[in-house]
Amino acid sequence: MQSDTLELDIWRGDRDGQFQAFTLPLRESQTILDAVTEIQRTQDASLAYRFACRVGMCGSCAMIVDGIPRWTCRTRVVDVQRKGKRLKLEPLRNLPIVKDLAVEMRVFFDKWRDAKGYFEPGDTPPADFAVVAPSSRERRAADVAIECINCGICYSACDVVSWDDEYLGPAALNRSWTLVNDVRDQGQKSRLEAVAADAGCHSCHSHMSCTEFCPKALSPTQSIAGLKRETMRAALRGEV
Amino acid sequence: MNPAWTARLLLAQRATAIVLAFAVAIHLATIIYAVRLGLNAGEILGRTRGNALFLAFYSVFVIAASIHAPIGLRNIFREWANWRGYSLELAMIALSLVLLALGLRAAFAVYGA
Repeated sequence: MQSDTLELDIWRGDRDGQFQAFTLPLRESQTILDAVTEIQRTQDASLAYRFACRVGMCGSCAMIVDGIPRWTCRTRVVDVQRKGKRLKLEPLRNLPIVKDLAVEMRVFFDKWRDAKGYFEPGDTPPADFAVVAPSSRERRAADVAIECINCGICYSACDVVSWDDEYLGPAALNRSWTLVNDVRDQGQKSRLEAVAADAGCHSCHSHMSCTEFCPKALSPTQSIAGLKRETMRAALRGEV
Repeated sequence: MNPAWTARLLLAQRATAIVLAFAVAIHLATIIYAVRLGLNAGEILGRTRGNALFLAFYSVFVIAASIHAPIGLRNIFREWANWRGYSLELAMIALSLVLLALGLRAAFAVYGA
C-alpha cells in the first residue's frame, strides 16, 4: 500500500453479504465517516450507511472498524489504521443488517421502552417545580450516566446480548438507572420490575465491554450494578 | 417467571453464597485436620456419632447448597441451552429436592451411624 492511499474492505449486502475492496486518497484528519462518504459520493452511490450530525452528538454513525465498535465521525483514520494494513468496516453486531453498514435499530429502542427507559410523570402533575440539588446523591448518580447518545456501540459489544436476544442490553439499563435516580419519576415500581426480570440487570456478567467501548466514556456496567443493588433492596422490602 | 420471583431467587442465591463461603472453608479445613494423622473412616464416625453440632453444621450446609446450586444452574441453562419456561423451573425444583434429600440423608447417616 502506498502511503498516500487508504485501502478499505467494506461489508456489502445483508447478513449473507461479503466484503468489497475500495481505495481512496488518504487525507489529513480524515475520519472513517469521511472515507465512507467519499466512497459513496465518488465511487459507489449504492453504498448504504447512516449518519447525521458528524460531530459526535447524534449516535447514528457507529460501525465496526477492524473488529472494534466505534463512532466513525470522531474516529480518525490515522488513529486506528495499523501501518500498511487495510481497514475493515462492518455493520454493528447483535442487530439485523438492513444493507451494507446500516443496521435495523428497532429492537435496540424497543428494549429502551421495555426497560422503562422513559420519564413517568404520574397521573397528577406536581404543584410546583421539583427542587433537585446538584450535589444530591441521586442527581450525581444520574449525571454520571446521562450523556448516552444511543449509538448502539455498547449493545453491539455486549456478549450477553449476543447469546441472549431477550437481554435488555447496556444502553437500555443505563438509561433506566438514570431514571431510577430521578426523584420526580412516579414509575419506579414498574421500572424496577422490568429490570429485575430474567432479561434484565441480573443477567449482566460484568464483562465490561460496554464500558470499554462507550465513546462517551460512560460505564453502563456501573449503572447495571446500581440496578442490581436497587432491585435487591426493593425485593428485601417487598416492593417488587 | 415474574420479576419479583427472579429478584428473590437472586437474593437467595447471594445469601446462600455467604453461608457456603464459610461452610465450604470449615468443611475443607475439617477434612484436612481429621485425616492429617491418618484417622480411618471408623474413627471419624466415632467422633461424629451423636454430635449435634456436626449435624446442625452439615444440615445448614446441605440446605444452603440445595438452594444455591439450582439457581445458578437455572441461569446457565437459560443462557447456554436456551431452556426457558415451566419445564426449567420444575426441573430445578426437582434438583433442589434431590440435593436436599441426598445431603440430609448423608448428614443423618453420619450422625446416627
